[in-house]
Amino acid sequence: MNSRKITPGKVILYIVLSLGAFIMVLPFLWTILSSLKDMKQTFAVPPTILPDPVIWENYPESLSALPFGRAYFNSIYIAVVVTVVQLFTASMAGYAFAKLKFRGHNVLFMLFLATMMIPSQVTMIPLFIIMRNLGLLGTHWSLILPAALFNAFGVFLMRQFIASLPDELEEAAIIDGAGVPQIFFRIVLPLVKPSLAAFGIFVFLGQWNNFMNPLIFLNKTETFTVPLMLNFFKGTYATDYPLLMAGTVISILPVLVVYMFFQKQIIQGIAITGMKN
Amino acid sequence: MKRRRRLWGWVFVTPQLIGLIIFAVIPLLMSFGISFYTWDGIAPNMEFVGLKNFMDQIMDSDFRKALLNTLIYTVMFIPLDLILALMLAMAVQKIKGKSFYRLFYFMPVVTGSVSVGVIWTWIMNGDFGLLNTILAAVGIEGPKWLTDPKIVLFSIVIVSVWWNVGYNMVLLLAGLQNIPEVYYEAAEIDGANKWNIFRHITIPMLSPTLFFVLIMTIISSFQVFDQAFVMTQGGPMKASYTLVYHIYQGAFVEFRMGSACASSVILFFIILVITLIQMYGSKRWVNYEQ
Repeated sequence: MNSRKITPGKVILYIVLSLGAFIMVLPFLWTILSSLKDMKQTFAVPPTILPDPVIWENYPESLSALPFGRAYFNSIYIAVVVTVVQLFTASMAGYAFAKLKFRGHNVLFMLFLATMMIPSQVTMIPLFIIMRNLGLLGTHWSLILPAALFNAFGVFLMRQFIASLPDELEEAAIIDGAGVPQIFFRIVLPLVKPSLAAFGIFVFLGQWNNFMNPLIFLNKTETFTVPLMLNFFKGTYATDYPLLMAGTVISILPVLVVYMFFQKQIIQGIAITGMKN
Repeated sequence: MKRRRRLWGWVFVTPQLIGLIIFAVIPLLMSFGISFYTWDGIAPNMEFVGLKNFMDQIMDSDFRKALLNTLIYTVMFIPLDLILALMLAMAVQKIKGKSFYRLFYFMPVVTGSVSVGVIWTWIMNGDFGLLNTILAAVGIEGPKWLTDPKIVLFSIVIVSVWWNVGYNMVLLLAGLQNIPEVYYEAAEIDGANKWNIFRHITIPMLSPTLFFVLIMTIISSFQVFDQAFVMTQGGPMKASYTLVYHIYQGAFVEFRMGSACASSVILFFIILVITLIQMYGSKRWVNYEQ
């Protein structure tokens, strides 16, 4: 299977895969190229490939057209808060289900598993009503609270990871007189750090790219997250493609740069969590 | 000691338990409850109408259109996405520079739905888009991807495949790498050809992963919304109007909470059935090792 010989079949395989990879990247390249053109170049017939002259002004212009900076801040802090709190609450619950075996833990765990089957679109209307009744509509709390305090899949995942730790580690600590919180913080959490990191990437990206909840819960531009701002931008500058493409580059570039640097961890993180889903 | 630990168990599970009750159990019950009423979401009076909302939805031409569009989308998307993902996974598995190729194929996965939608709205522009420009260069007159009601669902399928194929490729690749090398070696010694190896080793050994990926992709395909919302607003002439779009439209544009909840309950049962098929199917049809 893994012969190191170069056969004609392998050469074709490389060519096809490279062509495919180019097709995957082409939309990104085209977005960047389009973001550096003016309207005349954009709608030229025959079309121009490379921008000439390069219109850098599209970037400052799209940044000042709408508060993208503010949207960035909102997206980052919401995603960070949700990720940190969710990892914490999910691993606490995971530890309780894996090792503490309190009365009713089996029934309760089944309940968590069952809720994984509920599509988010089924709960979004009542969630909207709950948020309005709590007076949280339009605030970031409406996005943070549900995500930070509830992720059945996260609880399931952390339970699996913590259950695979040997009991002897805890027993030694119990003999030394350590309480449950100490064991959790000093022994369990450090041991599941790689799993936490993998799951954390998954949660962060999901929050960062979440569109439906901000769309429903937020109504003022200064509270908007990046995807919501870009959607608003599209509505406002529908035909100004250069400006729109500059806005798009602004919203995806940071994620893509982080992805380039940590691609291995990100892909593995998503694959691990994806498989256990 | 044991009692102390059990007590701590409850303490540790409490934050997520509160979340489970407030953000999952209560909303689910509310969704079922509201679906029996006529309600605009604001007025204090709700009128109980029994199963009328469900009957209305089933008779509603918008709901039928949305359900049909979602089904057609799924039927086009699933084979295209999975076959492509499997081919890519098998191709990448055999070569050096695996992570190099994976980098590019996975890149769209980390990109948000709105960015994807905006990028492809421009690429699929009927007059000045990159796609039709390339097609014109080889002598093909491309269709109006996003404004032709006959084409638009397929256009969204193309975008979704581009967006998702790297994800399924990585999952299938992980599954492929779990197949022990000895099976292939044995087959080669027995003189099996490539097709036989694929048919009698790769597919059966990969079946747990394949089945799981299939079900998960079907479930997410039934929830398609973002691409249609950003690229076409469900149009033209509701040709890309999906089930989740219908729920969103009913609740947050038309403020008919009762009928929107009724359609969301229908979505709930559709996904429940698919999940149950997965639970029983993975026991019955899938070939696990030992």
